[in-house]
Amino acid sequence: MSRIAAIAFNTFREAVRDRVLYNLIVFALLLIATAILFGQISIGVQQLILVNLGLTAVTFFGLAIAVFIGIGLVYKEMDKRTLYALLSKPVHRYEFILGKFAGLGLTLLVNVALMTVGFFLALYYVTGGPGAGDVPVLVAVYFIFLQLLLATALALLFSCFSSPVLSAAFTVGLFIAGSFSSDILELSKAVKVPWLEWVTRAVYYALPNFRNFNVISSVAHEHPVPLDLVLYNTAYAVIYIGLVVGAGILIFQNRDLK
Amino acid sequence: MPAIETLELTKDYAVGFWRKRPRRALDHLSLSVEEREIFGLLGPNGAGKTTTLKLLLRLIYPTSGTARLLGRDLDDVEVRRRIGYLPEAPYFYDYLSAREFLEYCGQLCGLASAERRTRTGTLLEQVGLADAADVALRHFSRGMLQRAGIAQALINDPDLVFLDEPMLGLDPVGRREVRDLILELRRRGKTVCFSTHILSDVEALCDRVAILNRGRLHGVGTLDEILKLEAKASEVIVGHASPALRAALEKLTDGLHAAGDKLMLTVPPERVFAVAECVKQNGGALLAVTPVRASLEDYFFETFGTEKVPELSGKE
Repeated sequence: MSRIAAIAFNTFREAVRDRVLYNLIVFALLLIATAILFGQISIGVQQLILVNLGLTAVTFFGLAIAVFIGIGLVYKEMDKRTLYALLSKPVHRYEFILGKFAGLGLTLLVNVALMTVGFFLALYYVTGGPGAGDVPVLVAVYFIFLQLLLATALALLFSCFSSPVLSAAFTVGLFIAGSFSSDILELSKAVKVPWLEWVTRAVYYALPNFRNFNVISSVAHEHPVPLDLVLYNTAYAVIYIGLVVGAGILIFQNRDLK
Repeated sequence: MPAIETLELTKDYAVGFWRKRPRRALDHLSLSVEEREIFGLLGPNGAGKTTTLKLLLRLIYPTSGTARLLGRDLDDVEVRRRIGYLPEAPYFYDYLSAREFLEYCGQLCGLASAERRTRTGTLLEQVGLADAADVALRHFSRGMLQRAGIAQALINDPDLVFLDEPMLGLDPVGRREVRDLILELRRRGKTVCFSTHILSDVEALCDRVAILNRGRLHGVGTLDEILKLEAKASEVIVGHASPALRAALEKLTDGLHAAGDKLMLTVPPERVFAVAECVKQNGGALLAVTPVRASLEDYFFETFGTEKVPELSGKE
């Protein structure tokens, strides 16, 4: 466990020493600040626009960080051969993968927390202070964090066997496909050919269902998030991440380093 | 118990884009390295030295064959608590300082915090990086990185140390220091296995060597054992050489040089006694008979030809 923690901390340290990360956070905070301006020219829906735009900014900049760092997590270490010294120590390969995932998870946690603080400062500037709608917003942020962990797991998996460019393409592609997974389910209902229905349903279940995590629009209208959705999304994320990271471990376990 | 034991260790790589075909990097390598030995893996580029080390460290997996380190299976990760490894042309996390990097390696080896700090300080001093301990590795020169690599290989005070081309990128002073370090490791009872293509390093350090070329083992043993096979002549020095003695000796050898009343001749081993008899009969003095020891360079030239001969001068 201490070895996983050491690798995680080092991954976190690598991320926080990278200037690109700060650029992304600054952009996210600027976008949130801009949302206040947009809100001011939209009479009556200032908060709605702020929540929508603010949380979307947190999602996309978080995703950028997850993909940007995640795709290089394993590949870069193999490419630069930094792994040689590391894996010649008493470190299991699965510990390396878990450490890397945990490290990026920690990085995302800190970043999402920073962006959330910025978002709430903007929100309180508009609303005047804390309100009942804060809890659903926090739940939405929690869902965003789960999505980012899911994207990280995917990026990590692809990083185990493909180049950063392909890994980024696969991860972003799956994020987009997963965000429209409900449309795939609708398609399976609409098609009348049994085998095609089976295929579309299989694709729907295989794809990561990012759609279920997106409650931004709902909380922007100050609707509460049902507890069973919180539990369902948490369980879904844990299981899906477990499977994806497990697949990454299996691939990496049997890989020859260059 | 051997420190390193390999049995028929073989590694094939798949090459080609569409039609993959195997290329053999290591071919049925069987060898044994005893504890407390300095063992050299010698061979030209592409001989299979790095492949052997990577197989032993489980960085790559063998196509067939087995190996054991310190009596334990390679899959046993815990055996690596007693092992150190310097990769060839090492590259480390460039955002870390040398001190941070060594502490990180110590953490991975399970060293306690206080021990980590002590070992880190001692090793930085030992490899000459104490002054650059807090400089990020991205600012290190090739030689400094090599020193940092050696330090990380020793962070856990290993019993068995693998060094892949340890002299690479080092200046003459650095090379001397690394040689001394390797000898110091042996003095402390450690086993050192290092790969090199620099013959002078092997001659200066190794108890035994394995000669590899194109993935195949061409010989293993002490340098004497390996070079004896190539010893084909003796150098004889004769004093008080009269013209009659010189004339008689000229019939026994093609290579004769005179310096004053001394003669120096090179003869095949089977003619040494005939030369001695001739000297005695002609009133000369037999001053020295020295077997001409073939050098590793000669061995390589004879075995592999001139194309794949390792670095002869000892310089990179």
